[in-house]
Amino acid sequence: MSTSFVLNGKATTLDADPNMPLLWAIREIAGLPGTKFGCGMALCGACTVNLDGQAIRSCVMPLSGVAGRQVTTIEGLQSSAAKAVQAAWIGLQVPQCGYCQSGQIVSAAALLEKNASPTDADIDAAMSGNICRCATYSRIRAAIHVAAQSIKASA
Amino acid sequence: MTKESLAIVESTRRAFLKRAGTVTTMALTIGFEWAGPARRAIATVAAPSAGAPFAPNAFLRIGADNSVTVIAKHVEMGQGAYTGIATIVAEELDADWSRVRVESAPADAKRYANLAFGTIQGTGGSSAMANSWMQLREAGAKARAMLLAAAAKGWHVPVTDLTAEKGTVYHTASKRQATYGSLAAAAASLPVPEKVALKDPKDFKLIGRQAPRVDVAAKVDGSAQFTLDVVLPGMLVALLKRPAQFGATVRSFDSTATEAVPGVVKVVQVPRGVAVIAKSFWAAKQGRDALRVDWDDSHAEKGSSATMMAEYRRLADQPAASARKTGDSAEALHSATRRVSASYEFPYLAHAPMEPLDAVVKLSANSCEIWAGDQFQTIDQANAAKTAGLDPQQVSIHTLYAGGSFGRRANPGSDYIVEAVSIAKAYGADGTPIKLQWTREDDIHGGLYRPMYFHKLEAGLNARGELSGWRHVIVGQSIMANTSLAMMIKDGIDPTSVEGASTIAYAIPNITVELATTKNAVPVLWWRVVGSSHTTFAVEAFIDEVAQAAGVDAFAFRRKLLEHEPRMKAVLELAAQKAGWASGPMPKGKGRGIAVAEAFKTYVAQVAEVSVDDAGHVKVDRIVCAVDCGTPINPDIIAAQMEGGIGFGLGAALHGAITIKDGHVEQDNFNSYRVLRMNEMPKVEVYIVPSTEAPTGVGEPGVAPVGPAVANAIFAATGKRIHVLPFQNAATA
Repeated sequence: MSTSFVLNGKATTLDADPNMPLLWAIREIAGLPGTKFGCGMALCGACTVNLDGQAIRSCVMPLSGVAGRQVTTIEGLQSSAAKAVQAAWIGLQVPQCGYCQSGQIVSAAALLEKNASPTDADIDAAMSGNICRCATYSRIRAAIHVAAQSIKASA
Repeated sequence: MTKESLAIVESTRRAFLKRAGTVTTMALTIGFEWAGPARRAIATVAAPSAGAPFAPNAFLRIGADNSVTVIAKHVEMGQGAYTGIATIVAEELDADWSRVRVESAPADAKRYANLAFGTIQGTGGSSAMANSWMQLREAGAKARAMLLAAAAKGWHVPVTDLTAEKGTVYHTASKRQATYGSLAAAAASLPVPEKVALKDPKDFKLIGRQAPRVDVAAKVDGSAQFTLDVVLPGMLVALLKRPAQFGATVRSFDSTATEAVPGVVKVVQVPRGVAVIAKSFWAAKQGRDALRVDWDDSHAEKGSSATMMAEYRRLADQPAASARKTGDSAEALHSATRRVSASYEFPYLAHAPMEPLDAVVKLSANSCEIWAGDQFQTIDQANAAKTAGLDPQQVSIHTLYAGGSFGRRANPGSDYIVEAVSIAKAYGADGTPIKLQWTREDDIHGGLYRPMYFHKLEAGLNARGELSGWRHVIVGQSIMANTSLAMMIKDGIDPTSVEGASTIAYAIPNITVELATTKNAVPVLWWRVVGSSHTTFAVEAFIDEVAQAAGVDAFAFRRKLLEHEPRMKAVLELAAQKAGWASGPMPKGKGRGIAVAEAFKTYVAQVAEVSVDDAGHVKVDRIVCAVDCGTPINPDIIAAQMEGGIGFGLGAALHGAITIKDGHVEQDNFNSYRVLRMNEMPKVEVYIVPSTEAPTGVGEPGVAPVGPAVANAIFAATGKRIHVLPFQNAATA
């Protein structure tokens, strides 16, 4: 059975079990390995992708649930907010092991696309579902603020 | 000193914000090179001279295109080892940092042993920089000397007239210059010098500065390759069903339903359980869910952690092995005018790295190729060979980025590697690559935990109010017992059980430290900062109680006992000063606490500030951290490791616990095994003590003081001491 949706801006049809979690469909069938497996229960955020503007956990979203919708992974981030987030991540040297960072960046970009000036409380609310065992949280917070500033400066 | 250290941190921050654009461009350039061919080829292993004209030693190659490839013998698991290793080589080589890339070394104890481990290649004990320091400085300096010699020979000038900078040799008098790449072939024909002069530290251009990490760009665009991401032609994915109780074995299994799952290829029994091998993770997962295994639990662990802890408490009052005996603590305690005692309980802890354990194995009759975020290369190589029935030299290992480890991937039994090899063997050893993937539940249930411990302490103050006697008893499992490292156990003392306690730095005339080693079937392992993950808490929480009994300020009490330990005293003073300790108690509902530790020869002090609301909910607001790790190789990575260590240690102190009931682990995933999240991360300030001492490690020491600093701050805020970890389980009294 096949499911059609837009993946990173391209019309995509994947022939797979419709119950297969989106995470494994995009990793193993679409061949996009940037999105990671961390818990399989939407508890850690390593698998975060953008679905129609929302950061969602692809490990619990069945492939059938994205039919006709827009999915963006770390490989397909194009928005100015996402680019600002990635630049700030490099500027502040956020990653350590790096495994969770695709999910962190997708969550942070989705936050800034909706809220151009997030407070620390907004960041807590948007980012507390993304675990980083290296605890790069201070730099993630700082980088989100830096990205917000740079988006404003270039607007 | 403090002004300088502040200047380092401040200039760092400013430089980053100011030069964000420059840094970005540079890191992207490196990232492009790094993520290019190596990624496509899937983890190329360093071949000493393949296609490179100049490979003077095992640690670097210089290409005709001016590229400098540094070979890393240590795994990059987040701690910044690749960047540190490249920095040391590039410094002495006078390389152009923008042309430096890093490649992982093959498993080879002869060339790539960790000099701190003897003949083992592996990463741990915060030793990567310390053991590589002189080795890599010499490697870089000798290569530089050969490049200069090649230029001198070609230009017929004395080598002493030449200088080198950013990958280019200059002869100023004749205005000639040549890049390293153009000299590489000529340099390769020259003899490697026996001895070479190393730089004066005042001439360092990269060491002590902010070289951007070599791995950051690829970790920001999703291209960094982890074991999870390895794809090989014809590769299958395996999930292993393991027993719920440690030590249970397979009696029989029914795979009828499993084999009906589309995509399942084969079901095989291996020593650790039953593996489902399939064409995809999802098929393997569904197949494993459908598998029915009848376990033989006759030799399985059926105990409960609560019962074990009760036994540990009893053992703390029995005679135990001596780990330290200075003076006569029994007499000192007997004659003390004031005695203080307390006990502390520490749970089992899982490492829970973000990347669940995984390994890819391609096994055939005469060879075994392994892809993993490998932390113990030559031990894993030997264990894989034994499992496969091959010689170690027939086993090659491609070390990839590890998605965290915290000690988990360095285990003497190579559990996840051996599992993967045993599955490939049971499948038929026909050269089919098989990826063994653990799930998060496999990880939380999978053992090799930081051991559970019970600590009992007694202290005596004499008539002058001085700390005259100290008795510390530790009860818990040995990490090294029954492993290939058991020879490290001397006179009943596993050093990893007592480090940080037997090595207590405070000037106390009479000290006894004893260890009662317990046994059960729960597998245990070192966990970030090893012994100091519990001993520092016990010592630093207890010394606070002793200071309170003596009626002396917690900082002043410690400081007086560290007069003979200048580096430890200096970090204590720096942290206290930066935190504003002298400003006195905080307002109602808030508190400040301090702790200091030495771990792996690095000194760290932290001051915690907490708020406690009327319902008793604790929020950690701020941690001020001072660290002395000798020569700071990369100050920004040192700061990052302190920040991360604080978050890691704080999560464990607040929430971390693996509990066992009737042999069953009671936690499953991040819902029941809680770790620190964004909303709980305090503000962290890091101050680095300037130093020209040999560099020591930073991956682990930052973890040690945070728990006790926070516990002592909670006492300052509430008047209640914490004796049971994690804090969420503590009945404060």
